[in-house]
Amino acid sequence: MKRIQSYHLDILKEIGNIGAGNAATAFSALLAKPIEMTVPSVRIVSFQEITELVGGAEEVVAATFLRIEGEVPGSMFLIVPEDEAVQLIYDLTGESSKIGYSEMGLSSLQELGNILAGSYLSALSDFTNLNIQPSVPSLTIDMAGAILSFGLLEISRVGDFAIVIDTEIREVTNEYGYASTGQFFLLPDPDSFTPLFHALGVDLHA
Amino acid sequence: MPSVRQVVKVGMADMNDCSPPQLLRTSGLGSCIGLVIYDEQCQRAVMAHVMLPDSSMSKPGALNIAKYADTAIAAAIEKLESFGSMKINMQAKIAGGAQMFSFAGSSEIMRVGPRNVEAVKKFLNNYQIRLIAEDTGGSNGRTIEFDPEDASLKIRTVNQGEVVI
Repeated sequence: MKRIQSYHLDILKEIGNIGAGNAATAFSALLAKPIEMTVPSVRIVSFQEITELVGGAEEVVAATFLRIEGEVPGSMFLIVPEDEAVQLIYDLTGESSKIGYSEMGLSSLQELGNILAGSYLSALSDFTNLNIQPSVPSLTIDMAGAILSFGLLEISRVGDFAIVIDTEIREVTNEYGYASTGQFFLLPDPDSFTPLFHALGVDLHA
Repeated sequence: MPSVRQVVKVGMADMNDCSPPQLLRTSGLGSCIGLVIYDEQCQRAVMAHVMLPDSSMSKPGALNIAKYADTAIAAAIEKLESFGSMKINMQAKIAGGAQMFSFAGSSEIMRVGPRNVEAVKKFLNNYQIRLIAEDTGGSNGRTIEFDPEDASLKIRTVNQGEVVI
């Protein structure tokens, strides 16, 4: 991780851009609403800081988690704030779930995560020509710290810092306004950087 | 005016100690373990936020002792001893070790919650520290707060409210 230079982070940013762009298109088609995404931020963050990216360790979020297997293993999260999850379930199923979540609502939210992460990763795979296989997704609604720490396990064997590719997805509410819908987190395992940069023709050892 | 009690925070893969009237807190425990080793007689407590079962899992490089069950327990004992505590008076309470996500045919690393619980118990036993209470397993995130004055451990979850052990 010490070998990562700022231009490497720029390359990761472009990767996030390609993936999230594809996911935003899929999302937009699914909800029949204009969905935009921000320019991704790529940061090297400590384990303490990572939960701050979603509003603190105790913030309740709905998270769809996938393990990425293949040539560039890692973890991926689609994090949606709790109130936004209720709205999304309503948009997807027409079901209002202010109190508790129905099985149908949770299932639709998990499928949403699956579709979006799938389109994100397939764009990545097309672009890099790498073999990337997402696992079956799993959804949970709980404290952000408890959820994100799960994606840090592989990374934590090497150090106390993670490279996070973070993209915000937001709904265009009117000409000037946006409402944040959720965040994508891509956390590549430490072993992934060498094959990833190699596939893009950049040497990590330079 | 009632005094506000100072809370000493323990981050992920971190360790801290306190004495009354301070409290120890760590938030957002998932598969990680909140480990408290305390001595009621000398009113001192150490809390660690343990992520992984064994330091042999670590890859070469700097080792964060608070991250692994074996090294965290050893370090916590040493810390308490530096305050004049005797090992025979040390007791432990633990919480966490949940399975946050369920996968069919999950790999070893995905089962880390239950493995953390097993490891912490094994190493506590090796060091002959009595485990007084635990709230482990399940699939809920936990935030815990330890009060060294009465050795109570308060556990808060999103879906199942609060318990004190």
